[in-house]
Amino acid sequence: MKGAAGRLLPEAWLGLLFLYFFVPLLATGAFSLWEGGSRYGFAAYVALFHQPKLWQSLFLSVRLAVETILLGLIVLVPAVFWLNLRVPRLRPVFDFISVLPFVVPPIALVAGMTALYTGPDWLVGTPNYLVIPYVILALPYTYRALDLGMRVLDLRTMTEASQSLGAGWGTLIFRVVVPNLTTALVGAALLTIAIVMGEFTFANILLFNTFAVYINYVGQTSATQASALTLLSFLITWLAMLGVLVSGRGGRSVQIGGAR
Amino acid sequence: MRLRLKAGEGGGLTLAFVGPLVVYVIAFLVLPTLMLLAEAFSGKHGLTLKYVAALGQGQTVIAFRNSLVLSALAALVGVIAGGIAAYLVLRPGMPRGVRSLVTSFSAVAANFAGVPLAFAFIATLGSLGIITVWLKSAGVDLYGMGFSLYSLPGLVLVYAYFQIPLMIIVFTPALEALRLEWREAAENLGASAFDYWRHVGLPILLPSLLSAFILLFGNAFSAYATPYALTSGIVALVPVEISNVLSGNVMISQQTGAALALGMIVVMVGVMGVYALAARRIGRWGRR
Repeated sequence: MKGAAGRLLPEAWLGLLFLYFFVPLLATGAFSLWEGGSRYGFAAYVALFHQPKLWQSLFLSVRLAVETILLGLIVLVPAVFWLNLRVPRLRPVFDFISVLPFVVPPIALVAGMTALYTGPDWLVGTPNYLVIPYVILALPYTYRALDLGMRVLDLRTMTEASQSLGAGWGTLIFRVVVPNLTTALVGAALLTIAIVMGEFTFANILLFNTFAVYINYVGQTSATQASALTLLSFLITWLAMLGVLVSGRGGRSVQIGGAR
Repeated sequence: MRLRLKAGEGGGLTLAFVGPLVVYVIAFLVLPTLMLLAEAFSGKHGLTLKYVAALGQGQTVIAFRNSLVLSALAALVGVIAGGIAAYLVLRPGMPRGVRSLVTSFSAVAANFAGVPLAFAFIATLGSLGIITVWLKSAGVDLYGMGFSLYSLPGLVLVYAYFQIPLMIIVFTPALEALRLEWREAAENLGASAFDYWRHVGLPILLPSLLSAFILLFGNAFSAYATPYALTSGIVALVPVEISNVLSGNVMISQQTGAALALGMIVVMVGVMGVYALAARRIGRWGRR
């Protein structure tokens, strides 16, 4: 039943997929080095390096990523801690809340937010406003990473031990629980970075110049520079996901919605 | 010490710990959604069905149909291509290195999407892309043959770049749960490979396949950045239509935009509902 063709078919299938995934990356790389005619070189990279707007947008996205991680942790760490320590019966409610961001696509959420919030100006007028929806986008991953991390901790013993030594709730959470969650936190943070660095929907609609918006802007004028930025963006995603895999958590995390 | 723990048993502490999260989600996810609901149903003189009814007309019907067809095709391609790839990679003969390579690359590619992905494909298969030009010099004129990256089939081709890896990630655990004993038992009873898949393998995997399809469908349906950067409005899709309303590019009222967004949410609610049902059925075979 199994002829030579039957044995070669799996290899052919995997080979075809390999081509599908690597040819676009190679072509993008080649395109970014094209200088017109048959000349190749690093002109696009040099030109980009001297673009202050690139650095501004890159720094803005990095800053937003850091702020998103911090705000997300401030909102989620106490809640997930309490869920695991005291109110496990609320788990279905938490699970439900954590998938809500999947139900409302980013483009629909931004429509709702612009209709609902028109002020105050110090908030909606600055790029920092983006952090608010970004926390919602990252919520499912941050929640899952924190929950997995806390489930394996003996929270009850930690709580009793630190309280018997006179620690308050704040000390307990930030000086006892959080330091025990390093792996989970690193995984959540890296996934958040991958999401925020590539996020386009909110930034584009709300007219803030983040990294992804800048790539799109460059794409309107210079295809070679856009290709160079595409590779840079792939590198950032690659580094973030490599970190997630190495840190050993969330390797199976599934991202839907997000930066699509 | 017990005493102190007990003292905090009341609802006050729960409120303090869980409250911020609940308030945050209500303020920045639930209320905006309700606002869409209110906007979609309110006209100048109170309640109206005008905007929701307008979803059944002309351009919006085309946009919804395109979005649904695109998402279904992109999900189908992802499920088939990714499902077969996951199966092949998990076969006993496969070197461990290949497996971990595929797993880690899938994690990267599933997260590589949006504007950069669109540009990568424009550089490859766009009208001036490297492969397009190369094939043309070899005598194969892709665009002359009717192919276009900036069309529905072109979008399916691009979406596959994040759909296939996503399928590999979500489907691998289901395949790993298929027990070797089942296959051996079937073979001992005289079943061929086809019989095994027809009567044992596929029926067990069916709920996982369905839930993966649903997940991939939702993933493609809410995509905005990729089609925006790729087609810039050539193909009418719901997310792009909404963004046109929000940027004031077209003469469509804000209420119609809200109705469109609401329509997307309704589709996604259905998607997640079916997903939850399918996930419940998977549990039956998963436990040992």
